[in-house]
Amino acid sequence: MTRINDKFAELNAAGKKAFVSYVMAGDPDFDTSLEIVKALPGAGVDIIELGLPFTDPMADGVIIQLAGQRALAAGMTLNRTLELATEFRKGDNTTPIVLMGYYNPIYSHGVDRFLVDAKAAGIDGLIVVDLPPEEDSELCIPAQAAGMNFIRLATPTTDNKRLPKVMQNTSGFVYYVSITGITGAAEAEAVNVAPEVARIKAQTDLPVIVGFGINTPEKSEAIAGIADGCVVGSAIVKEIGAGKSASEVAAFVKSLADGAHRA
Amino acid sequence: MNDLFNSFMNGPDENGRFGKFGGRFVSETLMPLILSLEEEYERAKTDDSFWAEMDDLWKHYVGRPSPLYFAERMTEELGGAKIYLKRDELNHTGAHKINNVLGQILLARRMGKTRIIAETGAGQHGVATATVCARFGLECVVFMGAHDVERQAPNVFRMRLLGAKVISVTSGRGTLKDAMNDALRDWVTNVENTFYCIGTVAGPHPYPAMVRDFQSIIGKEVREQFQEHEGEGKLPDTLIAAIGGGSNAMGLFFPFLDDESVNLIGVEAGGKGVNDKMEHCASLTGGRPGVLHGNRTYLLQDDDGQILEGFSISAGLDYPGIGPEHSWLHDTGRAQYVAITDKEALEAFQFCCLQEGIIPALEPSHALAHVMKIAPDLPKDHIIVMNMCGRGDKDIFAVAKHLGFDMEQGD
Repeated sequence: MTRINDKFAELNAAGKKAFVSYVMAGDPDFDTSLEIVKALPGAGVDIIELGLPFTDPMADGVIIQLAGQRALAAGMTLNRTLELATEFRKGDNTTPIVLMGYYNPIYSHGVDRFLVDAKAAGIDGLIVVDLPPEEDSELCIPAQAAGMNFIRLATPTTDNKRLPKVMQNTSGFVYYVSITGITGAAEAEAVNVAPEVARIKAQTDLPVIVGFGINTPEKSEAIAGIADGCVVGSAIVKEIGAGKSASEVAAFVKSLADGAHRA
Repeated sequence: MNDLFNSFMNGPDENGRFGKFGGRFVSETLMPLILSLEEEYERAKTDDSFWAEMDDLWKHYVGRPSPLYFAERMTEELGGAKIYLKRDELNHTGAHKINNVLGQILLARRMGKTRIIAETGAGQHGVATATVCARFGLECVVFMGAHDVERQAPNVFRMRLLGAKVISVTSGRGTLKDAMNDALRDWVTNVENTFYCIGTVAGPHPYPAMVRDFQSIIGKEVREQFQEHEGEGKLPDTLIAAIGGGSNAMGLFFPFLDDESVNLIGVEAGGKGVNDKMEHCASLTGGRPGVLHGNRTYLLQDDDGQILEGFSISAGLDYPGIGPEHSWLHDTGRAQYVAITDKEALEAFQFCCLQEGIIPALEPSHALAHVMKIAPDLPKDHIIVMNMCGRGDKDIFAVAKHLGFDMEQGD
């Protein structure tokens, strides 16, 4: 059992939807980023997605691309990202952290060493965008063996024939990508997403969380209402990019989390 | 020869791997697309009508076969090995790129795709894609790094004349790898109608194998033409080609992989020299294995796995990775890889103009510089075939700048 499993059990018991927030680790710098991450649980965030900076984020729109560049320019690395998680864990041992990014920094670090280090830093799950089920032996299977959740993305192009393959080695929750596209580009529409969530839930008992294209409290409420919860990334990262303070960012996050929790 | 259990020509395996290299490292949204492309390609590969259409276009539209030319004065001047040039610079659009584009566009048509996207560095692949799209009346969008748009303006204009939309990519640092990132971002957004026409033997499976197969026409022709020149059953001793992503080299090498007597040499762009400052694009000489753009291969990267920018006088070699099959041929030792500096390439460029009356592109000038290094010490009965993969029209501005010639003043 991971902190992710515990969190969903807790939300389920309370009849609440999950609110998941994404921020890039080290954006705009280590200290500010740590301050922002520390403020997230208080703002109502149930699960923290921590972005691992990478030079070539192929699935991300310009907002998250720039966040990665800011973090890298400020000296962020995989090791520093794990340090940030370690610092956070000193004051919070229950909020799940999912590390989200691309494979090369992890591969470069060495998969076995990475799993030991990430576990020690209090990471509960991984979302690695460029590791589809076809590449499960790379990281997914070793990560599950190490007691970490491997959270898979399902997309509108994942048809019913393929869905079982995508669900097979997924754990923690399923991240449904609401649009065909990159982060922060198009808007998710609850009427279109609802049947897709039902389609996925027919093939898994895992919670289904919807992300991409959610940027207001209203949208957060509408999307969380037709799934087990929602993820907001670019809208929050945009505030950080605009130079907002940790408390201003937290206030914005709270409005989104309240939206999801109203659902 | 061609022993099924001991052949270099069986790759990739069903997972798209050449040894540990290659694979399908893409987001889930793209996975169903590359699987359906693989299916379509497997069907086309054994369909005679597909290859009949290719052959017809290669012959009448591209001008294939390109000649295998004995470079007599060059051979004499260097005083050693006998040198042949495979004249792929004589193709329509001036480079080998169109060999592959034709194949991919025919596939796109079979799949009912109406919108073609491509990335380009020097602009040669962009021009070839725009050309074939015009020929078939398809919408064409080319992603090109902002930095390359600036230094390759004539090719930008060519693409526009051919009806393509050229998007100047400012994300990242505005280079070829960023153009590829933005093309992938476009593809993930427009999955229904769009076909991504990749210009080199890189990317997720099946691209590396598919592009290699389309470019293998180069090596197949060399095999036949060589016998016409040198006698039945004869094979070259050494094949040499320049490598950015590595498509022209793969096309030349592939039909010879199981001929052990044939030496294969790939020439990477050494920029200002392969050093710690990364002022080069020599992924095999100066990089290590990593995962980018859908495949595992040798990459220029820092200790944290962040991708580094390459540096070369030639925009066509300016990519921090290399096709996965080259990484495998490197690790198995079947092919040898060397680096040539900008300075050496510029000398070879001028040598070729004066000795053979051929203005080469800067990319094959790298290959020629290596020929110039090794030919003098080889015996006269040693025969080298070098792929002249592109012509230099696009490069005269860059070369003029380096040679101190003022294009405005004409002096």
